[in-house]
Amino acid sequence: MLIKLTGGTVYDPAGGIDGQKRDIYIQDGRIVDRPAADVKIDQEYDLTGKVVMSGAIDMHTHIGGGKGNIARILLPEDHRSDPVIRTNLTRSGSGHAMPSTYVTGYRYAEMGYTTAFEPAVLPVNARQAHMEMSDIPILDKGGYAMLGSDDYLLRMLTAKKDQKAVNDYVAWTLQASKCIGIKVVNAGGISAFKFNQRKLDLDEKNAHYDVTPRQILQTLAIAVKELGVPHPLHVHGCNLGVPGNVDTTLDTIQGVGGLPMHLTHIQFHSYGTEGDFKFSSGAAQIAEAVNKHKNITIDVGQILFGQTITASGDNMRQHANHKHAHPNKWVCMDIECDAGCGVVPFKYKDQNFVNALQWAIGLEIFLLVNDPWRVFLTTDHPNGAPFTTYPHLIRLLMDKSFRNDMLATIHPEAQKMTTLAAIDREYTLNEIAIMTRAGAAKLIGLKDRGGLTAGNWGDITVYTENADRQKMFEKPDYVFKDGELVVKDGQIVHVKWGTTHIVKPDYDTSVEKDLKHYFDRYLTMKMGNFKISDDEFTEDGRGSLTAHPLQGGAQ
Amino acid sequence: MTEITEVPSPFCGIGTDDLTISVDGLSLKVLSNGCAVNTPAFEQVVTDFKPRVGGNQVALEHAVAKAVEILQDSSQPIIGGCATDVNGMRALLALADRCGAVVDQLNFNAARRNYLAMQDSGWMTTTLAEVKNRCDLLLVVGKDLESFVPRFFERYLWNQGSMFLEDTANREVIYLGKAPSGTAQVSPNGKQAQVLTCADADLPEVVAVLRALVKGHKIVVDSVGGIKVSDLQTVVERLQAAKYGVVTWAASALAFDQAELAVQSVCELIKDINDQGSRCSGLPLSGKEGDLTASQVAGWISGYPARISYAKGYPEYDPYLYDSRAMIENGEGDALLWVQAFNSKAIPPVADFPTIVLGRSGMVFDKEPDVYIPLGTPGIDHAGYAYRTDSVVAIRLKKLRDSGLPSTAGVLSAIEKAL
Repeated sequence: MLIKLTGGTVYDPAGGIDGQKRDIYIQDGRIVDRPAADVKIDQEYDLTGKVVMSGAIDMHTHIGGGKGNIARILLPEDHRSDPVIRTNLTRSGSGHAMPSTYVTGYRYAEMGYTTAFEPAVLPVNARQAHMEMSDIPILDKGGYAMLGSDDYLLRMLTAKKDQKAVNDYVAWTLQASKCIGIKVVNAGGISAFKFNQRKLDLDEKNAHYDVTPRQILQTLAIAVKELGVPHPLHVHGCNLGVPGNVDTTLDTIQGVGGLPMHLTHIQFHSYGTEGDFKFSSGAAQIAEAVNKHKNITIDVGQILFGQTITASGDNMRQHANHKHAHPNKWVCMDIECDAGCGVVPFKYKDQNFVNALQWAIGLEIFLLVNDPWRVFLTTDHPNGAPFTTYPHLIRLLMDKSFRNDMLATIHPEAQKMTTLAAIDREYTLNEIAIMTRAGAAKLIGLKDRGGLTAGNWGDITVYTENADRQKMFEKPDYVFKDGELVVKDGQIVHVKWGTTHIVKPDYDTSVEKDLKHYFDRYLTMKMGNFKISDDEFTEDGRGSLTAHPLQGGAQ
Repeated sequence: MTEITEVPSPFCGIGTDDLTISVDGLSLKVLSNGCAVNTPAFEQVVTDFKPRVGGNQVALEHAVAKAVEILQDSSQPIIGGCATDVNGMRALLALADRCGAVVDQLNFNAARRNYLAMQDSGWMTTTLAEVKNRCDLLLVVGKDLESFVPRFFERYLWNQGSMFLEDTANREVIYLGKAPSGTAQVSPNGKQAQVLTCADADLPEVVAVLRALVKGHKIVVDSVGGIKVSDLQTVVERLQAAKYGVVTWAASALAFDQAELAVQSVCELIKDINDQGSRCSGLPLSGKEGDLTASQVAGWISGYPARISYAKGYPEYDPYLYDSRAMIENGEGDALLWVQAFNSKAIPPVADFPTIVLGRSGMVFDKEPDVYIPLGTPGIDHAGYAYRTDSVVAIRLKKLRDSGLPSTAGVLSAIEKAL
């Protein structure tokens, strides 16, 4: 089957194409060069006047795993308000803040997304994360394995095990949990909470272990780099949500010593203590630091107003924030000497000073960081807002007058505390394509994804140009996944199943000797039963694994 | 004969995965680490292989065709039992979505006590490895723990190695409500659990007083439900003084009206203790007969735990309205599909409309169902996944033998395809 997409205006930053007319050919799922003139085109789409990008990639979205399922079950009232009816093609389910898995897949695809990554896979819960994600249709997916509060690593660091030993453990964890990156959440803080510490600064020691968050971040950042894992250490910093945490974040950036590091939902970590309410924007300082440190990448974790639910591995901070729960119910869990989670419903209100300023801080960061290859569009779904708000967020970034109209409606004191009105920048289509496609694929190390040149998989989204960017991005004309048309006019027309992206760094198998002893003695399952095997992905006949190459000559 | 080690169990709810089982043809023998729950469940002899329609043995295809016919003629099918593995539940929900069925897990009236509390105010909970390594005080509310999970103490309390306790034998155990039936709760150094018993009917009042004491309210009576308030005050002080207190309960044991309020009192007092500056966590015990598995899978596929209706074309959750037993009694359905892959004794309620049973091989019925298809058991006849009591770990069940018995997912998918 040879498909031709004719005459579209193409934004393909990976291929260096910025809004030029190009024809694109797809054969057997992949984009191919223009075939010889006598080769028959099986199907042609006239894309004159349309905007063509590769399928969007969400590099940080909570779509699979235990805490997300707690979030679903905790808020039946939210699901009741958004029932999703079955059709001949699609399964039923429920939507809004934390949609059911099938609805997650459909709604992402209907917005032109073809890939999404769950950023907080607890290794002990990885099976569930993958089972949920394998019930998300259409999308490719993958996960980042959470380390940093697991007792095994903290014991290693306390015992001053060498970097090589840590690297082996990190590589083993990636393979056992079938993930593509490593995430740290409140480094050591989830463990500290189990010892009844209620806060943990960057240089503060765990009550039990002779280890600080800074050491954990450095050790893991080195491990990720030395193993050749393309995605830099993915860091949810200390002191999430605490006024004044901008200093911690700046210190984290400086302290990692030039190693690649991704700071996630940085909006929640960019708060100062100025002003009458002792809560202010640290966005300018953060953006300046990010602009200066080329080793740093960020995603924003924008909040948008309305009801949502926050689901995080950071049970220390989630517990501290439970008094803001809306409605007033929440769950915190300590989990298996591995990690934890906290699930707290939130309603962000534009007339609440703090929420209004959080909104402005996120936008300031987007607009003040000048390299779109190093900043990514997220709401930390569902924590800042459900992923379905992305088209609205894109409009806020691309349309200054719309942004200022919105700004004029928020809490007046928050308006005074933000420089947003003075920022003229409007994102271009090419920059949006970088942030949501090419940059994300590069950041995660996805081979043959996120671009439109020959050799890439045929993940392609086609929009109708519209000055109202929200309308434009809400409802693509066409979405192709692996070369198959899955969405037409914003509606699912075909359901298929994506792959799971992983990396497979090598490790010294002797690492399992210690691990086996540790599992037998301290944990509640056998090491052999903990490791996820390849056939668990393929035995249902619709899943698959795609291993991506490592960097820097690592095996 | 082969010997299989590190066998995980879907029966006990606490995810024991250290069983050694010998397999000789279809016969299984638990060689080590068995218990009163797991050993009989694994060793149960396979007594029937052939599906039946109207009491007559038929080929599987024929039984599936009859099931399809019943479902096609139904305007309100009810899918009860829902005791199976993850893939079984996936197929069950796909079928329910397809035919507009009500889905109801057989333990849901018990599970409801937890969900109503959780969905109203939330909770703070922990998992088995945290108990094993951290718990220095265990408060058991309303349940004789050792009959429910025989190996709990051996595996998670009196374990040899613990990362954060010098000597696990020094852990303290308090029973509130029910007394222990055996000696499993006695610590290796001979220390007995403190036991404060009361009648089940008094438990709500007792836990309400316990919560009031945690909050520092003055109690004017001397005793409640036969328990001295001063003893309850001591329990509170020990919880507040513990480094990592754990409060456990089994919702299935709280068989009194509005038990969700007792669960909520327990959950709220745990939260209060954490807000007062100590760590304390709940450990709700269930994970039996696929109950958590059903609600986890229903959670991600529908958004709700496993008592839902697909009658309107989308899932609706109502913890009371879609009680399958009540619906059957009240004639609110016109076909019953009963799925029970773990327990051949758990037969469906008798309905006066067509009944299809997908049951663990060996079911004996009071009234022969219209269709009976004997199923393989997850973790014995086929691989699969089951959730254990803390909802976090989905254990990977192994296939131990080649019985030829079909999986729940296999049969339900065949029915859905043919619809």
